[in-house]
Amino acid sequence: MTAALEVEGLHKRFGELEVLKGVDLTAASGDVIAVIGGSGSGKSTLLRCINLLELPNAGAIRVDGEELRLTPQRDGSLYPEDRHQITRLRAQLGFVFQNFNLWPHMPIIRNITEGPIYVLGLSKEKATARAEDVLAKVGLADKRDAWPNQLSGGQQQRAAIARALAMEPRVMLFDEPTSALDPELVGEVLGVMRNLAEEGRTMVIVTHEMRFARDVCSEVVFLDSGQVEERGAPGQVFTNPSSARLRQFLSSYLEVPAARDAAEA
Amino acid sequence: MNWDVMWDSLPELAEGALLTIELVAISGVLGLALAVPLALARVARPLWLRAGPFAYIFVFRGTPLLIQIFLVYYGASQFETVRESFLWPILREAYWCAIIAFTLNTAAYTAEILRGAIQAVPEGEVEAAKAIGMGRWMRLRRVVLPRAFRIALPAYSNEVILMLKGSALASTITLLDLTGVARTLIAKTYMPIELFLAAGLFYLLITGIILQGFRLVEKRVHGVGE
Repeated sequence: MTAALEVEGLHKRFGELEVLKGVDLTAASGDVIAVIGGSGSGKSTLLRCINLLELPNAGAIRVDGEELRLTPQRDGSLYPEDRHQITRLRAQLGFVFQNFNLWPHMPIIRNITEGPIYVLGLSKEKATARAEDVLAKVGLADKRDAWPNQLSGGQQQRAAIARALAMEPRVMLFDEPTSALDPELVGEVLGVMRNLAEEGRTMVIVTHEMRFARDVCSEVVFLDSGQVEERGAPGQVFTNPSSARLRQFLSSYLEVPAARDAAEA
Repeated sequence: MNWDVMWDSLPELAEGALLTIELVAISGVLGLALAVPLALARVARPLWLRAGPFAYIFVFRGTPLLIQIFLVYYGASQFETVRESFLWPILREAYWCAIIAFTLNTAAYTAEILRGAIQAVPEGEVEAAKAIGMGRWMRLRRVVLPRAFRIALPAYSNEVILMLKGSALASTITLLDLTGVARTLIAKTYMPIELFLAAGLFYLLITGIILQGFRLVEKRVHGVGE
């Protein structure tokens, strides 16, 4: 069976700084993978390279078995050969940003119909019906005509998840989706993500929410200075880490009760 | 102060005001249409695309509007080829010369305002458009330009008002705009204070209307701030 998402030997340099040193990642259909790691470990860069918000320097990316065609540039970065392929593959990779990045000049409903109408070519009626569906799914049915700046951070992030969902993506990528939220708003966003996981959606989640990673994810990948230091089932990674770096990393979470739960479970 | 002269001059000044509004409106619309591609080229990466607009904007912002008007009005007729070309029926009219000069001038300023606004669109919003699978033109049309127009609105209202006052220079090439009418009436009546005062009040009135118009537009569009 072809994996929904396959990343092989991904390298990324920013000038002299090597941020990713050959990362592999495979997500089979229905997998929910948590990517954890300290600040500067390259976890966000990994996610941004997967849908080419950053151009990798080497490596292969396959979505549903289709390989993204990349050619090396003079400056050493890989460049997409075919713009149409990029936009098509990006449409299959839903991306949720740390800072939501809703478009403030459109009401919520139009934020969500924008992609289905202008990228997928759906009719306005179909796109609106689909948008109302996903809004209901994230619990924002009553906010369809609100403007982004009228919503709380948690609501904005749920709307952003709905925007990605409306594209019916093959894989959803989450880049620290709760890091910009007030603590009391984190739960509502994680709740929505948990529901998506239970529906069997394929997700890759860069996160600091250790309890969520333990309870919801099927695999945990620990990234350290641009390399996968350890990976495995959450039970094993959190209770019985084999690498010293991971033990050290997890111990820094012991101040936070939720993470202590995760580590002791 | 001779109030009767002021009062009697109102109909003629109003006619001049209409021409002023017409000049500003036509060159404003044309200038804006020209400014959009200029601003886009200005923020483009390749040097050959950036260089032309940069030079254009530099020249038109760096020289007085009066000189630009004179160069179009007096300068174009110096060339035989221009006088014999199909453009001559346009270029021999002071009216069109004023419109051409105003358009080119305001396009330069507006392009610079738009460039700043385009660059001020938060990168994250552009990335969101990329991530959803929009190509470059689609992003421009659906996200970057609509956002940039809203960001540019306050600065652009300022440019329109400056253009309104700059349009007084049309009177130097025989046009009977608001200032032109005032100067003609002064030559007849020798009452400069009364007539310039009346003309000034007309300018104030037009400025007030423009400001009110922009205020309405700003209220209607969301996402001006954040």
